[in-house]
This record gives sequence, structure tokens and C-alpha cells, in this order.
Amino acid sequence: MSTLTLNKITAQKGISVADATRKCADLGWNPSYVREAMTYPSDYKITKAPRDPMKQVLRSYFSMQEEKDNRVYGALDAALRGDMFRNVEPRWVEWMKLFLAIIPFPEISAARSMAMVSRLAPGEDLRTGFTMQMVDEFRHSTIQMNLKKWYMENYIDPAGFDITEEAFGKCYATTIGRQFGEGFITGDAMTSACMYLTVVAETAFTNTLFVAMPSEAARNGDYALPTVFLSVQSDESRHIGNGHSLMMAALKEPENHLLIERDMKYAFWQNHAIVDAAIGTFIEYGTTDRDKNKESYAEMWHRWVYEDYYRTYMLPMEKYGIKIHHDDVTLAWERITKKNYVHKIGQFFAVGWPVNFWRIEAQTEKDFEWFEHKYPGWYAEFGDFWKWYAKLSKPGQKVITFNEEVGYVYPHRCWSSLVPCVIREDMVVGELNGQLHTFAHEIDRWTAVEAFADEFQGRPTPAMGRFSGKREWETLYDGVDLADAIVDLNFVRSDGKTLIPQPHLRFDDKDMWTLDHVRGHTLGSPLNALRGMDEATRKAHLADYAKGFTINPCN
Amino acid sequence: MVATSSSVGSGAAGAAIFADSESRKYRYFEPRAKRATHYEDVTVDVQPDPERYLIQDWIISFPDGRGAYEKNFTKAQSSNWHAFRAPDQEWERTHYQRQSRIEVMVQAVIANGRKSGAQMAFDAAWGKTLQKHLGAWKHAEFGLGCALMQAQRGGYTQMINNATLTNSSYKLRLSQDITLYLAEIGMDIAGWDDEAGKTGWLEDPMWQGTREAVETIMGTEDYLEQYFAINLVFEPLVGELFRSGFLMQFGAANNDFMTPSVIAAAEGDYERNLANAIDLIWLLTHDEKFGAQNRTLFQSWAQKHSALADKAARQLQPIWSKPHSKPVSFEEARAVSEERFAKILGEVSLSR
Repeated sequence: MSTLTLNKITAQKGISVADATRKCADLGWNPSYVREAMTYPSDYKITKAPRDPMKQVLRSYFSMQEEKDNRVYGALDAALRGDMFRNVEPRWVEWMKLFLAIIPFPEISAARSMAMVSRLAPGEDLRTGFTMQMVDEFRHSTIQMNLKKWYMENYIDPAGFDITEEAFGKCYATTIGRQFGEGFITGDAMTSACMYLTVVAETAFTNTLFVAMPSEAARNGDYALPTVFLSVQSDESRHIGNGHSLMMAALKEPENHLLIERDMKYAFWQNHAIVDAAIGTFIEYGTTDRDKNKESYAEMWHRWVYEDYYRTYMLPMEKYGIKIHHDDVTLAWERITKKNYVHKIGQFFAVGWPVNFWRIEAQTEKDFEWFEHKYPGWYAEFGDFWKWYAKLSKPGQKVITFNEEVGYVYPHRCWSSLVPCVIREDMVVGELNGQLHTFAHEIDRWTAVEAFADEFQGRPTPAMGRFSGKREWETLYDGVDLADAIVDLNFVRSDGKTLIPQPHLRFDDKDMWTLDHVRGHTLGSPLNALRGMDEATRKAHLADYAKGFTINPCN
Repeated sequence: MVATSSSVGSGAAGAAIFADSESRKYRYFEPRAKRATHYEDVTVDVQPDPERYLIQDWIISFPDGRGAYEKNFTKAQSSNWHAFRAPDQEWERTHYQRQSRIEVMVQAVIANGRKSGAQMAFDAAWGKTLQKHLGAWKHAEFGLGCALMQAQRGGYTQMINNATLTNSSYKLRLSQDITLYLAEIGMDIAGWDDEAGKTGWLEDPMWQGTREAVETIMGTEDYLEQYFAINLVFEPLVGELFRSGFLMQFGAANNDFMTPSVIAAAEGDYERNLANAIDLIWLLTHDEKFGAQNRTLFQSWAQKHSALADKAARQLQPIWSKPHSKPVSFEEARAVSEERFAKILGEVSLSR
């Protein structure tokens, strides 16, 4: 005999989940008095209604989310009671100044983008999914802002957190995060809000963002970030479902196939360029944990992006007649494993430390050993650089950005992803609107010149976005003294002289760099310089650039 | 474990004193009051602005050259779009707490009501009225929720867009609450037709004015016009008229305590959304530079949408005579609604 429970005694017949979902989807209708505004058009044509893969209604959603929130905020309280910050690694938290300056904007952009996808397809089956995603992204954006405020209130050096959204709009590094976030909300609605956001960014790359990175946080004594971000990640499966369902509806129209191929190529490559640059650096260079048994970023990339996404998500699309750009996936993998993409980005961030708004500590012998173990050959290429960095971290030394003794050559900026062209031999130069531009790779040139255009392979694409604005950050301060640029950026502490960024983790005024230490160096725009060269000089410059540079031995 | 990468052996606040080691407030925006609220800290400036800190400008544009967010996404103008702070101070945690509490309350009302057989005690005519007219109304709420989902993309600041987003979330929750409420009580009432509401919404002359008003809002491209039309015009003239002036008044008199409870949450939602909307529109009608032209613009929006809402309200009149027990006449409810509308417009220096 079964045991009686309160539930069994009080249970009454209710509506089934399937019925509830069907009835909620039937709330929509085809307007007959006034057509719905297509404020955000697309070149895709979707005539088949996408199906709702999640079968959840708002009634259960809100209480589920509240419960998740309670756990997150409870954990933050517990972390303070447990004195988490006494044991946290500042090397790690400093990078959170950059990460958490960037991420709330892409998150809220994803919320905004639900306005764009929700009218693309007939039927309202996905409306609940879009609603939940809209509110989820609002959750992510504000929960991340809250986490950042919490770090600011409790971490040893709050400078940088305290100017976070201002810094986001100004910094030479956050520009890549803006490219990422704006990519969700501008241009062709399907390209941006479905393909770039849900089909690629959320499906392929949130695992490295929101799973791999929190693991590293925990290894550095920070268990607040994992609590918040694993909770964020638990919402992603809904979003992945929305994107997949809408893309499958688009797939049913053969005329969309060319656009899907274009967007998969653009979105995969640019997500790789941006997310791997940022998250790869945080994980590999923001950690103090050098356990050789843990996975490197490259190994995690292989698991999450190659095995999970490429093999189980992208490849099956071939059976629907979609051409998958296998070579691009291989290229991205080789950039990470053979061409040291992440390490070159980490190096670039370090070179640019005076125009950052966080501290970057030098890598040490312990780090060198781990890097060499995980990435054989690393020491030969990067060991001396980090020794130089440590040596030049004391105020009064000539700032590394301008120090010829080091041998580093400041890179050109990719006009497409806005990540610098750090793999020098891959850089290409192309013309766009009659002007020269630099691109980190041929696929980046293709993205800017061929994909973001009003025609693609003979097909008109009037809804496609355009790259615009002052895309190369360096042009903003071309010819400006470094100290004046830092003042203009407001990356100065409130004493009016001490820099927010510091190339070390020494928390003592006597060790801190001030404006006086960096004055006398003039910033330049590599792009303006390139455009100003005559043809022969330019040719020679590009050949030289492709050869790369050699870091001088540091003794 | 002791922090190893810190020169002072700790990563905690106060472990060392140096320049800005006590800078523990966001210092890139002016709070509305002396101290920033939690809502302001997690909201202000997350959506950047080329006129504030976005020094590279928008770096992707629409084909016509417009960036991600432009002032001309609405015809209204402001000297300072960043001045607005939503009076309900809603951010994610408070939003989920409120929505979740409402869902728990609504489900408890329905479950306990059904257990006590409350739906079987409905006056028969009242049950039919709910089936058809509350069933039709859920589509109006849904349409407004969809319009607001569209509108939350367009505002020039995070504060405007988040207030619009939560407004959308409230509307869409309500539309689903009504849908599931009707479906569940319908399981216990013999001969219940759950499709009658949608048929009424699409075909019944009583609902065509409402549908036209809602579709007009859905078809509007100006996000602020959508937000204005919903909260300052449609809601007082049609939304509250039907919810408060009919459902809430008639329920008890027709042996129904459940419907007013389910709908009561929506009236609470509206009070918050109305406060947000009035605050935003007030700022724009009192803008030193653009106040006069904004008032002219809003007056035209009020006229356009109130003409549709008036027509919608008049067409709903026959519903007031459907139930057996009629505690309030349509004219009485309409008078309250008219007074409310005039008061709302007066708050923002507009008039009927």
C-alpha cells in the first residue's frame, strides 16, 4: 500500500503542460486592422511557424527563477561571512574589472534583440520562449552589475570597478566587447538576434564563458562568480532552443540557405576571434592555479566548441543542405593551438596596460612552467616578454608600450572583430569604401567587405548591417601624449595623479604609477600611419609586419 | 590558504590603504537623490551613449546609417534622456520576487477555489460571460505585452528600456494567467468552450474596437508612442474600465471570488507601470527646451489613441448587461474611467 501524502490528498486534476503551452501559444492572431510594424527587417523569409522546444509557461518560470536568485544571493552573503576576499587571488579579480565591464551590455542587448526576432516568423509558439529569454537577459545584466558592485564594495582595490560603465565605453580593450554586444542588435534581425546571438554565441561559446571561466574563478578563491554565472548558464538552454527552432524554420526555405551559410561563417569566426581572445586570456593569464592536471583553455575549447558544438550542432546541418565551413573551425583551432592566439592577446593586453582600467600582474617562473607544459614552445616565444614586463613594472621604468629595448611591435587593429592582428603573418589589407583597412585574417576581410554589404553573391541583402563609427580605437588618440590620453579616458584615481591601471599587484602608494611616470610618450594609430605611407613603404611595412618581431633577451 | 599574488596577503577591502582604496561607489553617474539606489547602480549607463562615454560611437549600424540606439527612434525629444529613473525601481531580483509572488497567489486562489467548488457556484450567465469576454480580453493583454516587447528595444537609455521590459513581462504574465485560469475552471464546468474567447476577440462586434486599438498600438513604430498609448490612454479608458469597472465589480455579485483575485494582480501591475510612464512623460512635457513641442506631440498621440479607445469602450457596453447581477452600470464605470484618464493627462500637463 502506498503512503498517503498531503499532495495525494489535496491533488486535483490540472491542465497538462502540453495543453498549457498550446493554449498560451494560441494567444496570438493575425492582425487585420493594422499590420504589425517590421521595425527591424530581415532578408530572410520565414513562412513556417517555428515550434516551441521548451514547453514551459510563465507560471512556473517566475518561481523557478526566484528560487535560483535566492540561491545566488544567499551564496554571496555566505561568501562574505566566510571571508572570501581574504583568500581571493587579486590577479583573478583584477581581470573581472574588464570582464564585468563588458558582459552586462551584451546581456541586455540580447534582451533587446527579442524585439527583433519575435516578429520574424508566423505563429506565436516561440513567444513564451522569447519572453523568458527577454526577462532572463534582463536578469543576467542586472545580476552581473550587482556582482560587480559587490566586488567593488569588498575587494582590496575597487578602482576600475568604480568607473566600470564609463570605462566600458572608452577602453581600447572593451571595444571588442562592444563589437560583440552590438552584433546582437544591429543590422539584419535574423543575422544579429538569431544567428550571431543564439545559434553561435549562446550555443557554441557560453560554455567557455559561463562554465569554464567560473571553474577558474573557484580555483582562485572566488566562489561568487561561479555562483552567479552557473546560474546564468542554467538559463542558456532556453535561449539555445529559441535559436535552433527559429533557424530550423528558416532552413525550410531554400532561399535562406545562402544567408544561413554566410551568417554561420561570419558568426562563428567573429565569436572565436572575440570570445577566445577575452575568455582565453582571463582563464590562462588571470589564474594563479598552475595544476598541470587541469585543462588548458585550448583543451576546454576542444571539448566545448569542437566536440560539443561543431560535431553535434554544426555538422548535422549538412543534412539540410547547408554548407558548413569546416576549414574555419580547423583554422580557429590551429590559431589557438599552433599560432598562440590567446597568448598573443594576453601579451597585447599587457603591453597596453597604461590605457586599461585594471591591474595586470607579470607571469612568473611558476606560470612559465605550466605554460610550457600545456603549450610546448611557449617559453621561447613569451618567456622573455613576461620577464621584461616584471622588470618594467616599477614606476620610473620606461613604460613597456614604448620601450624599444623590449622589441615588441604594437599591432594593427582588425577592422572586423576589432581584436588586434596579433597573428602577424595572417594579416590582410583590403579596401572598403575606397579606404585601406587592416584585417586579422582573410575571413575578417570577407566579413567586413563581402558579408556586411548590400549584396551577397549576387543576392540583394538590403537589411544587412554596416561596420561604422570610429572603429580603430587608436585613431582617437593619434598624436596624443599618453598621460593626456589617460586623463581624457578618466583612468586616473581621485587623487588626480595615480593611474587606475597598474602593471603589478603591489597595494602601496609608493609602488603606484602616476601620470608623471607615463608622460612624454605619443600614442599613434597604426592605421593612419599605414594609410599615410607611399605604396613602396607600405609594401615594405606589411612584409616586415608579417615577419613578426623578436623579444630581446631580458637579463 | 593565503592569497599569494597579493603583496599584502589578502584580497579584502581594507587590507591596505592606498589611492582610491576606499572608492566603493560607482562614480560615473549622478544619482537622483543623495545616494544611489541599488536599482540605479545596476541599471544606469549599462546601455551606452555616444554623448556620454561611448567615444568610438556605435560601431555597427543599420543599412540606413542609424546606430544601435538613436534619439530619433521616437519623435519626442529630451534635453537629457538619462534623467529618468523608474519610480518602481525594478531590477531583476525585485521583478522575479514580485512576479513569483503573484503566480503563487493566483495559483493558490484557483486551486483553493476549485477545491471548494467555487466555479460551480458561478451564476450561469456570469460563467458564459467569463468564457467569452474574459476569454477575449486575454488577447488584448497579450497584444499589449507583445507591443511592449517590441518597444523595449527602442529607448535611448537603459532606464527607459528596462521599465518597458518589465511592463511587457507583466502584461504577458497576465495574459497567460487568464488563459490558464479559464482553462482550469473550464475543466470543471460542463459545456465550457475554451475557444469562445478567441472567436469573440476575432469576430464579435463588441471586441472589434478593442482589437483595432490594440493592433494600432502593435503597428506603431515609435516605441514611446507605444508606451504612452498603452499606459496613459488605453489602460485607463479600456483596460481599467474592463478589469476594475467590470470584472472586479461584478465578480462577487455573481458568486465569483476567484476572478477578481486573479485580475487584482493586474491592477497592482498597472499602478507601477503607470507611475513609471507618468514620470517619464512628465520629464518630457516639462523639458526646458523641448517641453512645448513634446506636449503638442503627446496631445496628438492622446487624441489618436483615445479616439480608438473611446470607440473600443463604447463597443464593450453590452457586456455590462450580460450578467444577472449588475452592481455597477456601464455609465458609472465609464465615468470613473473618464475621470481617471483626465487625471492622468493632467499629471503630465495634457488634456482630453
